Amino acid sequence: MLTKRIIPCLDVKHGRVTKGVRFAQNRDIGDPVELARKYYRDGADELVFYDIGASPEDKGILIDWVQNVAKAIHIPFAVGGGIRSVTDMRAVLLAGAEKVSINSAAVLNPQLIADGAKAFGAQCVVLGVDVKRVTASASVPSGFEVYIHGGRKPMYLDALGWIQRAAELGAGEVCVNSIDADGTKAGYDLDLLELVVDAVGIPVIASGGAGSIEDIISVFRQAHVDAALVASIVHEGTVTMGEIKRKLGEEGFLVRN
Amino acid sequence: MITIVDYGAGNLTSVKWAVEELGFEVEVTADPLRILGAAKVIFPGVGAAGQAMEELAKRGLIESIRAVVAKGTPFLGICLGMQILFDWSDEDGGIKCLGLLAGKVKRFDFGSNLAQLKVPHMGWNQVRQTGLEASGLWQGIGNESNFYFVHSFYCEPVDKALVIGETEYGGVFTAAVQQKNVIATQFHPEKSGRVGLRFLQNFCQGDYGGRFTR
Repeated sequence: MLTKRIIPCLDVKHGRVTKGVRFAQNRDIGDPVELARKYYRDGADELVFYDIGASPEDKGILIDWVQNVAKAIHIPFAVGGGIRSVTDMRAVLLAGAEKVSINSAAVLNPQLIADGAKAFGAQCVVLGVDVKRVTASASVPSGFEVYIHGGRKPMYLDALGWIQRAAELGAGEVCVNSIDADGTKAGYDLDLLELVVDAVGIPVIASGGAGSIEDIISVFRQAHVDAALVASIVHEGTVTMGEIKRKLGEEGFLVRN
Repeated sequence: MITIVDYGAGNLTSVKWAVEELGFEVEVTADPLRILGAAKVIFPGVGAAGQAMEELAKRGLIESIRAVVAKGTPFLGICLGMQILFDWSDEDGGIKCLGLLAGKVKRFDFGSNLAQLKVPHMGWNQVRQTGLEASGLWQGIGNESNFYFVHSFYCEPVDKALVIGETEYGGVFTAAVQQKNVIATQFHPEKSGRVGLRFLQNFCQGDYGGRFTR
């Protein structure tokens, strides 16, 4: 049977890996290729890179480091951030990424999901969604609202409805990031993730809030997600990939060693 | 020298980099004569069977693939490159494939009782090794090791004795086969970390030029 996946997430800005809290206060934590190699050796099942620089002049840098990461590691990885067209997707995939993650561009142009899935296969298209808890309203009945542009711009769009629509359009996987939980190390947003898992038939990756191994166990046990994104918890060395895997194994989850 | 067949079916560079890291020289080519003269061939593939067969025909590669297999050259098909070695695929409304391995390719269909199983089958899954006496391909790789899969269709060989690896997803499906010099895997060894690299190394180093009779 499929294993539960642990996916270190690396935010890249101007070719360097950085980490912020609630999308702010970014600080440099290293070179994308070196960190990719480290997590590959430590037993990461997959990696995700978000290019948060995403200005036009960063496009060239992006392809460079994606290519270097692809040479250095032999597990799948996804790249997101600033991908707005099928042409952008192709460039990243040809550079050696297994998947592309699209977020703001998909909200602004949902057809991009369908076009990407048709051109490269649904398994290549990961929908990233930044979600914030709000008071339930007519446009956001679930009380979970979609934000774009790195969590800065509310879209008055219900997260559950949007994710269902994206799955119908051809998204092969969805990575649900809680803006409220991101960088807090207070645990994943289990309510949100449970709702998403029940709403769609595509794999769900939990993102935002992992502060301990117990948080990861909870998100698999209670929300039944397929994969968990980890950032600060591993970047800061609070726990290692090996410790996460060992503990999950002890708790009866199937993991890759 | 390891020759990788380029027929426009997805990204070949990850296969190339994995094999290069193992210390082998690699050429990526769509030239039928280069393929025919290769010492060892890797036949990757991502995408759909219909388009893959069209591209092979367009590039005049169907005959050279048949010929290089017939002369006993070690040949490794990966993922879609495994599927189109069989007679027939149900993908794209039904596609006649290369017919180098007897059998067909079907879509995962779990019905309502296994609705929690998602298609594509994507992620890490365990491969149970079979046919150990004949194949050196599993050397140095633990039984039930996890390999990386991404696929919606799976192969069903007529001769079950060809199966050298099987995996469970709703039921048991064929993860790897070997028929003399032809080896094929549903998983992606190039994306399967350490064990995947070891599998590629076993293929690249091993002598499959008709040495195994099965």
